[in-house]
Amino acid sequence: MKEKLVLVGNGMAGVRTLEELLKLDPERYEITVFGAEPYPNYNRIMLSPVLAGEKTVDDIILNDRDWYESNGITLHTGDPVVRIDRAARKVITESGLEAGYDRLLLATGSNPFIIPVPGHDKEGVIGFRDIADVNTMLEASKRYQKAVVIGGGLLGLEAANGLMKNGMDVTVVHLMDILMERQLDRPAAELLKQSLEERGMKFLMETQTAEVLGDDRVSGLKFADGSEIEADLVVMAVGIRPNIELAQTAGIHCERGIVVNDTMQTYDPRIYAVGECVQHRGLTYGLVAPLFEQAKVAANHLAQLGFARYEGSVTSTKLKVTGIDLFSAGEFNEQEGDETLVLQDPAAGVYKKLVVRDNRIKGAVLYGDTMDGTWYFQLLRDGTDISAFRSTILFGQHDLGDAGHGDETRVAALSDDAEICGCNGVCKGEIIDAIVTKGLFTLDDVKAHTKAASSCGSCTGLVEAILASTVGDGYDATPSKKPLCGCTEYSHDEVIAGIKEHQLKTMDAVRSFFEWKNPDGCAACRPALNYYLLAYWPGEYHDDPQSRFINERAHGNIQKDGTYSVVPRMFGGLCTPAELRAIADVAEKYNVPEMKVTGGQRIDLFGIKKEDLPAVWKDLSEAGFVSGHAYGKALRTVKTCAGKNWCRFGTQDSTGLGVKLEELTWGSWMPHKFKLAVSGCPRNCAEATIKDFGVVCVDSGYELHVGGNGGIKVRVTDLLCKVETEEEVLEYCGAFIQKYREEAHYLERTAPWVERVGLDYIKQAIVEDEAQRKALYERFKYSQQFAQIDPWKQRAEGEEANEFQPIKITAA
Amino acid sequence: MSNWIEIAALEDIPRLGARVVKTDTMDVAVFRTRDDQVFALKDACPHKQGPLSQGIVSGTTVTCPMHNWKIDLEKGCALGPDEGCTNVFRTKVENGKVYLAI
Repeated sequence: MKEKLVLVGNGMAGVRTLEELLKLDPERYEITVFGAEPYPNYNRIMLSPVLAGEKTVDDIILNDRDWYESNGITLHTGDPVVRIDRAARKVITESGLEAGYDRLLLATGSNPFIIPVPGHDKEGVIGFRDIADVNTMLEASKRYQKAVVIGGGLLGLEAANGLMKNGMDVTVVHLMDILMERQLDRPAAELLKQSLEERGMKFLMETQTAEVLGDDRVSGLKFADGSEIEADLVVMAVGIRPNIELAQTAGIHCERGIVVNDTMQTYDPRIYAVGECVQHRGLTYGLVAPLFEQAKVAANHLAQLGFARYEGSVTSTKLKVTGIDLFSAGEFNEQEGDETLVLQDPAAGVYKKLVVRDNRIKGAVLYGDTMDGTWYFQLLRDGTDISAFRSTILFGQHDLGDAGHGDETRVAALSDDAEICGCNGVCKGEIIDAIVTKGLFTLDDVKAHTKAASSCGSCTGLVEAILASTVGDGYDATPSKKPLCGCTEYSHDEVIAGIKEHQLKTMDAVRSFFEWKNPDGCAACRPALNYYLLAYWPGEYHDDPQSRFINERAHGNIQKDGTYSVVPRMFGGLCTPAELRAIADVAEKYNVPEMKVTGGQRIDLFGIKKEDLPAVWKDLSEAGFVSGHAYGKALRTVKTCAGKNWCRFGTQDSTGLGVKLEELTWGSWMPHKFKLAVSGCPRNCAEATIKDFGVVCVDSGYELHVGGNGGIKVRVTDLLCKVETEEEVLEYCGAFIQKYREEAHYLERTAPWVERVGLDYIKQAIVEDEAQRKALYERFKYSQQFAQIDPWKQRAEGEEANEFQPIKITAA
Repeated sequence: MSNWIEIAALEDIPRLGARVVKTDTMDVAVFRTRDDQVFALKDACPHKQGPLSQGIVSGTTVTCPMHNWKIDLEKGCALGPDEGCTNVFRTKVENGKVYLAI
């Protein structure tokens, strides 16, 4: 006998909880859902576009009736639950239907607040909450001319905009002196009002409604100051009240909302509650992102996993009025002692304000250009120290998120056929279409369905912006804690700490300690765990080839036709005639179709068949070459310039130092690829300032630069420090690498890592703390004992032979 | 109408790994799971013909090394939201030997 779960409230929070539950444990419950409205679950935050005629009701259905059926869920629509009998553990509906439960989930949402002035119950006075309200407004717009919206908040302005688009003459009545005072500061609110006025919307500010006039149907409003206005339709959008009536009559403890603990449980342990109807730690939420976080937690407990906790949400807001870009988050009105950063360009209609406390963003208001809203919001939630890029922060994340897209930062202004993802050829229209028709809410969903942002990732910021502007408040911003992969709830940092603290030395040990959902892990976490274990337990952990991406397993780069490329290491970019000849011989012997000099100052041999690889390596190995690791999350190459032996500008022996650095570091596995360069003078011919670790020689010594990147997102290095001797260069370099190896997330380049942890943190560890630097360097050298064994030579001598040898059969 | 061909000893295929069987006409990828089940698929991803044999195996799926499509080893079909299937061949393991029906 399955346990019975009853959901009261067929809306977004409740049904999302069911979806999360079905993912965790599809078989546990026999599920029954009751909804008051006659529709299956729809996207309530899309009501504004429906009213504005930009979408239809069918467009915003999230779960159609087939979904309920195929998941074995019994759905009763148009029949609200009117009573809960907690003693008999059953619910009773308006039509008299009864359903027993073992667990009950309340997701009764909220009701619009109707101001109790005389006449508030006249025909033509409504809230803005559901499809029925939208239909009433659409009907009214066909027969009447004048609409008044009471409430100049988010919902009120969206309603006003929609009514105006349907041809009505709309006046917004607002009690306060600025619009959207809960989301905007005064300058942004003024810009918004101005822009809406230009579209024809009228405003009565600081105006209090006293009475609704009219006979049966509304004919106007009378205000507290005695003035009057004509109105054929009045929409009250002055706020929502959690719908707690059902819970209250059942004797469940309620204050403003149904009170729940961090597991979303009410005072009756069999009854959970999620969504707008709940009050958690004294707060109620009306936006959808927090509701989804709650849904995840409730599902975790309904599935009896018992470890998730909801600890409240920081929310951000976007206004869904086409053509108006507006974003706000956090504490956007500065307190005493806060600093504010402001960028104001009235001609361009742009206003950006960040409220900063102790170099951390506490709040943001953006008007006109909201492209960077998601970035600021992430910095806010993470509590990132912004001192390193504070001077340019208002100009946005240009060097981080939209390379290759130039000025196309205003997503809303792009046409539907604008290409967003250059790798996979995905246009804006396709992304929006997928978001709307498939009901997507997260970046990961969009990546999976459209492939946009799933290759190089440089368009991630744009895709996020499209997601945010399409679903508005529904955008499920990157959670503050990001799980390592779909197999676990734990983050990279938690797993790294666990490996260290709990002496976890095998992949199975890690997966069982952290309760992995999938015993084998997946293609995302296996390489990550393999790396972490290798980095933490050098000499103890045995590398698992089956958890390596193919390039690292086969020690070559797989090409689109399934052949491999081979890049022998040339220390510091130097080579002898004999070595060049050996490479040429190999190329001829194995019919290499193409050779190329790489950007890293070495030679790439393309088109080698996998089964020929060990023989190719044997020849190269005999000529003195080792693997160049051009295929790995590993030390790649050390680029050098000519240096003072030849160059008339050279100040130090950059080539010789490059060779020493490469001899120290080659073979080391890293969280991601790692490149070095040494330039002999500040002319910087080796381009050291876009490398992970770059050395620029000067007459008095060596400048050490870190965290550069010349790839997807070009980033110039930060200056770590200046040292005087080559020995110091080697020590600082080894220590920096080891710090990165031990603390960065797998697949995180040094550039984002340095930005995440902050340059000061790295300076502190490497430059100021001599003991730590020396300890890091020692650990690096220790792990290099095990890493500097040439994988090519091993395989040329017969190791892992099965990997390279196909089984040949002749089909009958 | 199948023809069982002995291709290898079970231990010649790595756990959570694969070997390539080359026939006159095509490559077949033979996979071995953690619990020693053996599956065989045409060594070509339904997306862009990437060599599935070179992917990472977990449970009964393989992730294509080219663009990370996940293919079900039993049915040969891509897991949602991707769509497409590659050919499946029957296999059996007897006395530590792996046989392929082709």
